[in-house]
Amino acid sequence: MRRVATLYRTTVGKKVLMAVSGVVLFGFVFVHMLGNLKMLVPPDAAGHYAMDVYAEFLRSVGYPLVPHHGVLWLARLVLLAAVGVHIVSAVQLARLSRAARPRSHAKEQNLSLAYASRTMRWGGVILLLFIIYHILHFTTGQAHSSFVAGAVHQNYVSAFQNPVVFLVYLVAQTALCLHLYHGVWSFFQTLGLNHPKYNHLRRPFAAAFAVVVFVGFLTPPTLVLAGVVS
Amino acid sequence: MKLTLHVWRQSGPNDPGRHERYEADDVSEHMSFLEMLDVVNERLVGQGEEPIAFEHDCREGICGSCGMMINGVPHGPKTLTTACQLHMRSFRDGDEIWIDPWRATAFPVLKDLVVDRSGFDRIIASGGYISVRTGSAPDGNAIPVPKDNADAAFDAATCIGCGACVAACPNASAMLFTSAKVAHLAQVPQGQAERWDRVLAMVDRHDAEGFGNCTNHGACQTACPKGISIDYIAQLNRDLIRATLRARPVEAGRDA
Ligand code: HEM
Ligand code: SF4
Ligand code: FES
Repeated sequence: MRRVATLYRTTVGKKVLMAVSGVVLFGFVFVHMLGNLKMLVPPDAAGHYAMDVYAEFLRSVGYPLVPHHGVLWLARLVLLAAVGVHIVSAVQLARLSRAARPRSHAKEQNLSLAYASRTMRWGGVILLLFIIYHILHFTTGQAHSSFVAGAVHQNYVSAFQNPVVFLVYLVAQTALCLHLYHGVWSFFQTLGLNHPKYNHLRRPFAAAFAVVVFVGFLTPPTLVLAGVVS
Repeated sequence: MKLTLHVWRQSGPNDPGRHERYEADDVSEHMSFLEMLDVVNERLVGQGEEPIAFEHDCREGICGSCGMMINGVPHGPKTLTTACQLHMRSFRDGDEIWIDPWRATAFPVLKDLVVDRSGFDRIIASGGYISVRTGSAPDGNAIPVPKDNADAAFDAATCIGCGACVAACPNASAMLFTSAKVAHLAQVPQGQAERWDRVLAMVDRHDAEGFGNCTNHGACQTACPKGISIDYIAQLNRDLIRATLRARPVEAGRDA
């Protein structure tokens, strides 16, 4: 315990928390993206949309072993904790950095290896604002002009027929794409998951992950906007 | 060649400091950057002014004392090169050059371009050593070291402690320096006894000195005149996590 406390006290320990909470979040993001691809599946013979069937599955998964919504709430709590830990560490680390370099150099050049690494802090803030909007939009409905509780497919389509909503999601996904590109690579570095044999694969993996998530999330809304999915 | 310099002048730790403009009209492209400053200083002394204070010793790229920020890049525009090994042919006639000291809370400015880097010494003192039996000299080849490990340890050991990594880092983190020292000793058998305590102690000291946190920008690697790789930072992180997991409780064996 003493050493765990030491680890947490160090700047490296705080980064480890960022990385571990980050990997929970990007695991979630990937699964969430796979779920959204259900929008591309046509309705079955009885007229049920795949998206609605999947949404119902999320509410009832584990039943009767656990009550309805049980697994869903557990996942929500884990995600909330991950977001909380991620943000608290981010704020602590940002404050430490500011204290460590109160004055910048004349004509300071940016020598960072990746542009995305410089976008993590404000990119993270965009993501936080987006997460809040997103929950009000599709989960609780206050930010949705024609929200019908439980009708996930219908809510999705009516939302993205509006180009402004599409634009908001486009901006958020761009921020997520950059965040993931640096974050996924950073995760390996922070946890010391490196090996001379595989190090050169970390950047391409991060890039592929970020692009797959970007394309995966934005394909269904684009098709809705284009009128292909309705 | 003729150059315009904007040099940070600060008479002491408590002086707020400012950039002063100097015209250097008689610069040869064969001069090193420090020789160019020497020429400017000779003129300043001739005029009865205080010369620009900068640190230097070996002037051959091995002691690490000459670091300064040249046009916003540690040690200037040439990669893998210290300021003393930088030649004026890397600049063009008429260039304006901004010269700053390293800026970090943990590196307070003493005078002009000279900063106090003793924080690095304290990081080394906290764990950058091994325990050896004194007395008769051990046989040189008594402890076999795999070639790959010896090479990697040697690469880490080439760090000259100049502080360019701290200056380049947007967080003023000294993780590249600290990781080079940790990785150097972690990769040879002689460094194993203190391996886990070392990494904890050195990171603790690093933080206590007021260096910032590493957020994996990699700017340090770009700036390092010795080409130290951020792979060593990953190794430090791994050793720190392992040191935590391996820890035995303090009371182990007492109350079993
Ligand atoms: C709630 C909004 C978010 C904020 C405010 C935020 C902020 C940050 C910040 C400031 C960093 C550290 C960057 C640095 O200084 O290098 C970071 C890293 C990271 N973020 Fe986020 N982030 C957010 C959401 C997310 C999401 C949704 C994911 C996953 C999809 C994620 C995954 C990561 C990962 C994996 C890292 C790298 C951790 C490491 O350095 O090893 N973040 N985030
Ligand atoms: S790691 Fe490189 S830049 Fe940092 S102190 Fe050592 S030699 Fe200088
Ligand atoms: S004076 Fe020794 S490294 Fe430059």
